[in-house]
Amino acid sequence: MPVRKIMVFYRFERFWHWTQMLSIVTLLITGFEIHGFYSLFGFDDAVQIHTWTALLLITLWIFATFWLLATDAWKHYIPTTKGLFKVARFYAYGIFLGEHHPYKKTYRRKHNPLQALAYLALKIGIFPALWMSGIGYLTYGFWGNGVATEKWLVLIALVHTAAAFAIAVFIIAHVYLLTTGHSTIEHIKPMITGFDDVELTEEEEAFLLADEPLQIKKTTDST
Amino acid sequence: MSIEKKPMRHVHVLASIFCGLAFFPLAALSSADYKTERGISEYKDITEKQVSRKKLSPAQELKRSTTNHADLEELQGPFNSGPEVTRACLDCHNKAGNQFVKNKHWTWSYTHPTTGQQLGKSVLINNFCTNARGNEGMCAQCHAGYGWKDDSYDLGNQENIDCLVCHETTGTYYKTPTTQGNKACSVMFEGKPPIDWVEVAQSVAMPSRKNCGTCHFYGGGGDNVKHGDLSSVLFQPPREVDVHMDAEGLDFSCTTCHVGEGHEWEGSRYLMQVGTEAEDHKPGMPRETASCTSCHGDSPHETSVLGLKLNDHVDRVACESCHIPEYARGGVATKTDWDWRTAGKLKNGEGFKLEGYTQGDGTHRHTYKSIKGDFKYGENLVPEYHWFNGVMSYTTIDTVFDPSQPVLINAMNGSGGDPDSRIWPFKPMHTVQPYDKGNNTLVYMHLWGEDADSYWGNYDFGNAIRVGMEKNNIPYSGEYGFIDTWSYWPLNHMVAPKENALACQECHKKDGRLGELQGIYLPGRDANRWLDLIGVLAVLGTLFGVLGHGTIRMVSAARRNN
Repeated sequence: MPVRKIMVFYRFERFWHWTQMLSIVTLLITGFEIHGFYSLFGFDDAVQIHTWTALLLITLWIFATFWLLATDAWKHYIPTTKGLFKVARFYAYGIFLGEHHPYKKTYRRKHNPLQALAYLALKIGIFPALWMSGIGYLTYGFWGNGVATEKWLVLIALVHTAAAFAIAVFIIAHVYLLTTGHSTIEHIKPMITGFDDVELTEEEEAFLLADEPLQIKKTTDST
Repeated sequence: MSIEKKPMRHVHVLASIFCGLAFFPLAALSSADYKTERGISEYKDITEKQVSRKKLSPAQELKRSTTNHADLEELQGPFNSGPEVTRACLDCHNKAGNQFVKNKHWTWSYTHPTTGQQLGKSVLINNFCTNARGNEGMCAQCHAGYGWKDDSYDLGNQENIDCLVCHETTGTYYKTPTTQGNKACSVMFEGKPPIDWVEVAQSVAMPSRKNCGTCHFYGGGGDNVKHGDLSSVLFQPPREVDVHMDAEGLDFSCTTCHVGEGHEWEGSRYLMQVGTEAEDHKPGMPRETASCTSCHGDSPHETSVLGLKLNDHVDRVACESCHIPEYARGGVATKTDWDWRTAGKLKNGEGFKLEGYTQGDGTHRHTYKSIKGDFKYGENLVPEYHWFNGVMSYTTIDTVFDPSQPVLINAMNGSGGDPDSRIWPFKPMHTVQPYDKGNNTLVYMHLWGEDADSYWGNYDFGNAIRVGMEKNNIPYSGEYGFIDTWSYWPLNHMVAPKENALACQECHKKDGRLGELQGIYLPGRDANRWLDLIGVLAVLGTLFGVLGHGTIRMVSAARRNN
């Protein structure tokens, strides 16, 4: 089956990814300052940067969610066990033996099963925990009532902090996994140019060449 | 609550007097500051500080009032005394007396609606000069009436109401003690020009800061001694000291905020409004209020990311906590510590006083007086913060306490679990003062008098307490001791301009201003310790995990290449 460089991350996805990356780093830095781990911007500046960044990110998420649903891209995140064990085994063992990554990107699945599962958990678990607790905190003025609602504030703090730690863990693993392929650059490049090597069926290749010529590179460009 | 260790300051004082020329700090106390006792309070001529009401143009004057009192036939005199003026006032304002005789400024008495305690200057004991009761000859200088000397005073006699102290605007009116007191004190008020009763009577208008401040800025026996947020600076304050009373700006008088009707004003600290009721100054609404929110509402900050979050504080934090960043600002110090034990030292058989503290405006303050003991002062002080629901409970003359603990002269009610409480700033005042060692109660002291038992002039605690208790029919064991006491002064004044409000991180950090105050989750201070532990371990675990993983990859790759 032909392996071709095709467009896997559209311009919006790349914008989404990098904006999200910058936002989350900003949120982590300011968030843990607000949490009391260190002093950097000063509490009130940290709160304001955190709030504005969060509002920006939430807006982005609204667009991203719409995009995912409108373009069928959400299907990339449907969890599957097919190949999951192989990928897990590769990271736990095979990688040390110099084995090749067992997963090949396809036109319909651009993430490996473990990756897709991790992103799904992020999207439907950790992110909602963050934005729900965050919006709850931001809108305290509408529902807060001193003593009566103190326990909800404590819960918000607990959920928000726990999810923030989870994001930090995710980022470390995410960044590290960039180094596990043939080269780190090769892993980052698709998120910049949008193009990556994907194993296509003859039909897919023919379809793309015929109907979506901008989303597939000429053979000379492919490796 | 910790009691400060008491430095042996009187030793220093004596050293400075007898051999203090040896080195500078003590020498500074020696000659100029050694003064023989001639007065019993820190009474100073304050007429210079009191600038009377701004001169109004005829057009403004016309708008202001329907009556020019100077033209009234009734006020042409002659008057020879205060009561004569009062009679003239009440001839026209024929219900004013009925209103005023119900007021605390007149009765010095207040029954607390929540605690049921009998309060007011006529009965309370504080930890400054301790008790007005029995010492009215001195203390009634600040009674809004004439001639209160002792128990026999007739609180039903409206002619003794002092209209002028609150309403005159010339700045030439003054009050003196109603009795002479010990000879050591008698010279204090000499040399004042006689009051021109006709002039002051014709000058009357609504009260200005000068009228209220003459007493309220000098509570406790001197400038800002008592409250910490009420000082002579507020006669003409700059904007940084009080944004509302700013003489060049809003220039509020006291009654701009302490509104009331019928000679009753809101804002007594016996029962305070701490809640967040919204504006109630709209037409037809009640005008008996003295809270920030009565003007500013319960969402006072601008609509912005920061402003909205600041508004979220109002259900837990009093406005004052952030907007009075420090008290005793503007150059006038407040008294923070008083030790009665060292009172009574004499120099050549006479009482003396030392001025060992120089405050911001350059004025020297007494740090020792034979009649009172040792004092400490402070300026630009950081308040203490407590939950407060507006109700104060007092240790009164009949309260029996445990002498092994410090006595709380007044204790604020409220807690983090009480929806009506807010976090409020306070000035704490520490004193070591006499108490009845046998009955474990506070004592009334007989301080002021011409007799041989008054403490001021005779310096004998035993006699002063015995007589003070006997005069008021309070049981006394006959044995006195000294006990640590604390009083708490809720801060409301000296509201700073918004740019000087407290920075968030003053509280939102570990060891911040709120310390360990319970009942709230305070971001920056509080965290779930287990969650933090697990979270940090998870992050570090992942970090070391990937580093380990990477290391094994590199090692195994190197082996394969070999």
